[in-house]
Amino acid sequence: MASTATVNNKSIWSGGAAPFKASYGKLMMWFFLLSDAFTFSGLLITYAFLRWSAPAYKGDPSDFVFSTEYWPIPEKVYNAFPGGFHGDNWALVFVGLMTFILILSSVTMVLAVESGERMDKKGVVKWMLWTIIGGVAFLACQAWEWSHFIEGTEFATVADVFINGRWVDDYEIFGAGLSFNQYGPPAFAALFFFITGFHGFHVLSGVVLNIITFFNAANGMYEKRGHYEMVEKVGLYWHFVDLVWVFVFTFFYLI
Amino acid sequence: MEQTSNVVVQPVDKNKIRGIWKIAAILAIITAIEYAFAFMMDAGTLRNIIFVGLTIVKAFYIVSEFMHLGHEVKGLIYSVILPMIFIVWLIIALVNLEGGAIKDSKGIIDYQPDGTEQVDDEL
Repeated sequence: MASTATVNNKSIWSGGAAPFKASYGKLMMWFFLLSDAFTFSGLLITYAFLRWSAPAYKGDPSDFVFSTEYWPIPEKVYNAFPGGFHGDNWALVFVGLMTFILILSSVTMVLAVESGERMDKKGVVKWMLWTIIGGVAFLACQAWEWSHFIEGTEFATVADVFINGRWVDDYEIFGAGLSFNQYGPPAFAALFFFITGFHGFHVLSGVVLNIITFFNAANGMYEKRGHYEMVEKVGLYWHFVDLVWVFVFTFFYLI
Repeated sequence: MEQTSNVVVQPVDKNKIRGIWKIAAILAIITAIEYAFAFMMDAGTLRNIIFVGLTIVKAFYIVSEFMHLGHEVKGLIYSVILPMIFIVWLIIALVNLEGGAIKDSKGIIDYQPDGTEQVDDEL
């Protein structure tokens, strides 16, 4: 038997072998996701750093009012639900729904990968479609949340800004933009837009990848190829998007 | 083309499907627990630590089971996990120590409304 043992530990990296027992594409997807995790870590570090060095509100939460002087309590900002529902009873309900949608779409993605392993084309197509629906539903929720965040409680009108023939700076601001917002310091809205926006863009790319994979699977491309590895690779990306949301949810909405 | 005719669909492994939904249920329950803490506990350092801890538990289940990393070769597991451990170290150093130091050195004071009791943020 000794004569047949040609592969030793030295030659395992010299080609022809798969030391990590994963294909090139899958490995590269992992390392791309690692680098993407660095990017999101950078953003979350920036968020937490700016927040920890900003004045905090130390009073009773029930007396809380918005001010640009200190960082807002997240429960007081994200407390609206489509259909005109608003207030403390609705705090974080909508974000909870978004989290639930994304986790569910992650589950349907796992089921699509599982069907692919069994060469079950029908299963892959069905579960990919559910994953796409989940992704689109999440993006729709985010669009509503953004528009509500930007609109705020009321619009600032010309009457607020142009008083007695002069443009004034100290008018009351409603809603949020990049330089002013009604909720807290300018950095609060800027970070909200940048981090949830960057994550939303990842979700959008994921949905596009899912749609391409869905059509390829439905056309029998992967069946002809003999394996559904592309579903696994796209699945890795999709789970990563879910993973990032788990962190955004904690740092942005809970803490 | 000739390959399409002899594709054999393997039968569903019921236990595997049940396992996937079990992980989903765990993730949903942890999120529900986070909600309970958000509403039943006052904000503070301890609550933040609980939130981050539960988030890391959720991240473990997603990466290990959904992304299947727990079932990969050890070398692959470490090449993903080790860099992330260093990142967590960096996060703690930058956020906790540097953020607090900048706040102190700039003389930034927390907002304390008149006539309200101090809510203690420390552990």
